[in-house]
Amino acid sequence: MNDRLKTTQRKVVNESGIEIQQLYTAQDVQASGGDAMLGQPGAYPFTRGIHAEMYRKQPWTMRQYTGFGNAADTNQRFKYLIANGQTGLNVAFDLPTQCGLDSDDPQADGEVGRVGMAIDTLRDFEIAFDGIDLDKVTVSLTINGAAVVLIAMYLAMAERRGFDLKSLRGTAQNDILKEFIGRGTWIYPVQPSIKLVGDTIEYCAQHAPKYSPVSVCGYHIRESGANPVQEMAYAFCIAKAYADEVIARGLSVDEFAGRLSFNFNIFGSLFEQVAKFRAGRGLWAKIMHEQYEAKKPGSMWMRMIAGGGGGGLTFEQPELNVVRGAYYALISALSGAQTMALCCYDEAYTIPSEYAQRISLRTMQLLIEEMGLCDTVDPMGGSYYIETLTNQMRADMERVMADVDARGGIVKLVASGEVQADVSRQAYQRQLDIDSGAFRKVGVNCYKIEEKDPQVEFHPYNQADAQAQVARLNEVRQTRDAAAVAKALLAVQQAASSGANVMPAVVEAVKAYASVGEITRVLTGVFGHYQEPVNVY
Amino acid sequence: MTELSRPIKVLLAKPGLDGHDQGAKVVVQALKAAGFDVTYTGLRQTPEAITQAALKTGADVIALSSMAGSHLAFCAKLKPLLEQAGLGKKVWMIGGNIPRQDHDALRAMGFSGVFQTGSKLEDITAFVERSVP
Repeated sequence: MNDRLKTTQRKVVNESGIEIQQLYTAQDVQASGGDAMLGQPGAYPFTRGIHAEMYRKQPWTMRQYTGFGNAADTNQRFKYLIANGQTGLNVAFDLPTQCGLDSDDPQADGEVGRVGMAIDTLRDFEIAFDGIDLDKVTVSLTINGAAVVLIAMYLAMAERRGFDLKSLRGTAQNDILKEFIGRGTWIYPVQPSIKLVGDTIEYCAQHAPKYSPVSVCGYHIRESGANPVQEMAYAFCIAKAYADEVIARGLSVDEFAGRLSFNFNIFGSLFEQVAKFRAGRGLWAKIMHEQYEAKKPGSMWMRMIAGGGGGGLTFEQPELNVVRGAYYALISALSGAQTMALCCYDEAYTIPSEYAQRISLRTMQLLIEEMGLCDTVDPMGGSYYIETLTNQMRADMERVMADVDARGGIVKLVASGEVQADVSRQAYQRQLDIDSGAFRKVGVNCYKIEEKDPQVEFHPYNQADAQAQVARLNEVRQTRDAAAVAKALLAVQQAASSGANVMPAVVEAVKAYASVGEITRVLTGVFGHYQEPVNVY
Repeated sequence: MTELSRPIKVLLAKPGLDGHDQGAKVVVQALKAAGFDVTYTGLRQTPEAITQAALKTGADVIALSSMAGSHLAFCAKLKPLLEQAGLGKKVWMIGGNIPRQDHDALRAMGFSGVFQTGSKLEDITAFVERSVP
């Protein structure tokens, strides 16, 4: 056993830097701010949950991140997950698609369909979602740099299949500022990238008002080295940057804020994570209410997907990741997440197998069916420890946000690479602490075993599938109306050059079967390419 | 100990389209802390760009960080370019999500250092130290 656990005198500090006491009482809750920000579930400031009934009415949406090979392969996996009780889809695209490249681009060689589904034209989307009822199963697109094109494709596909855009639900990740900090599927420079996020929010507010065009991600900032308080604070700074972009165009906050959503990470201390989410909910509501003067309750809701915590999973003893995943799911349920997606146990090695996906799905179903997680709202509420930590973490999040503003704002700090450097320094320190054993990781620096080949089914890369994808792209290029494509691409170019919202022109272009790469090239021709600050580490 | 009268020069590159750069940036800091002269390329490097950067920086060590599974295909493209550029005798190394069954193939290709996820930073810096003549 870890000798440090044997003494009661040890100093305990959580990852966010808050010292943890041996015992909490009502006095600690009072000293940290009492119940001023507590309230009731479904009422401002929503600390206890954004809905009054929460899971009593409906369990969280289950939405495993899925996609590989081509659209037909992915369509089959989607149907498998739906048949097994999954209630939403979370689409993984391959790297060429995420970077705005066609499957026949030289830079796409060896990457087509490898880490997600390859999409070149609307034809692929038609195949990917064939037979899936988009009114019953909501779809989340994990797409960022290329989001204008892929959102346009999703809306065009749904419309052609007869779904009413006025009631169509779904989500795009579309959080480009966090891509510059971590994850890296940026395309355009920082300012035009924010403008394009604004275009999607504005377009959806007008044409697809139930669609969530942005899911602001603390998740990847945490993966890049941020602590839990910073994860939330940076995400809120980024969400505010998008809100400011849209408000500057003349939209009122209540026209779009209800469709903003968030994506957060879970690994580390259970109590710290639960307090983090409760603190974040109250703070976001306060920001929207006090700073943006939102009137609709929905504009103040921190709606979130949470459950995955890739950074917590290990390459060593991968079967332990099944257990970690179950704890992360428990945390997510205790925290009142709207949607849950778990990282699969084999993800440190490969694209998850069908078997691993099913385990993740069953993990969530166990919580719903056997463990009583849907029986009552905010079950951790009222714990002296949780309430104190919630108050402390909310105050710390506000301090981090004030510090970002004092340093020039999140957009400036991302463009200069300062946020990237800050979180990267923390990641380096964490690795040093793991290497020294100061930060414990089971299977990595304690309780190690001699491991032979892990019981993991590797996802094969299929060159023939990649070639078939290129062949389908070529077939579309030969059969589409070339004049219509040229005209549509010119319209995209004109919209981008004039500073207009590019979405209407991009929607027309995808309907004419212009490809992801073709549209992206037009936009980079106007906006240029992002230059990564690499000398800050 | 190295016989160089200057710090060892390391080029650390992110090959292909993979955006997982947390590990690469951590290794950059560890290599700098060990006293090496490190150039980090950033993301989306082609085999041609890595070869050019290695020539330009006069790198003693060419290191790749790969997390998205395309390491074998990428290294097969990079190897002849490095050799044609006269960089065949430099130290080549790779780290990241590299399954054990691929280690021998990478070593046979000339990547003498293979560091999978979970490697200690001091093992990486020690390898650089002892591999450069």
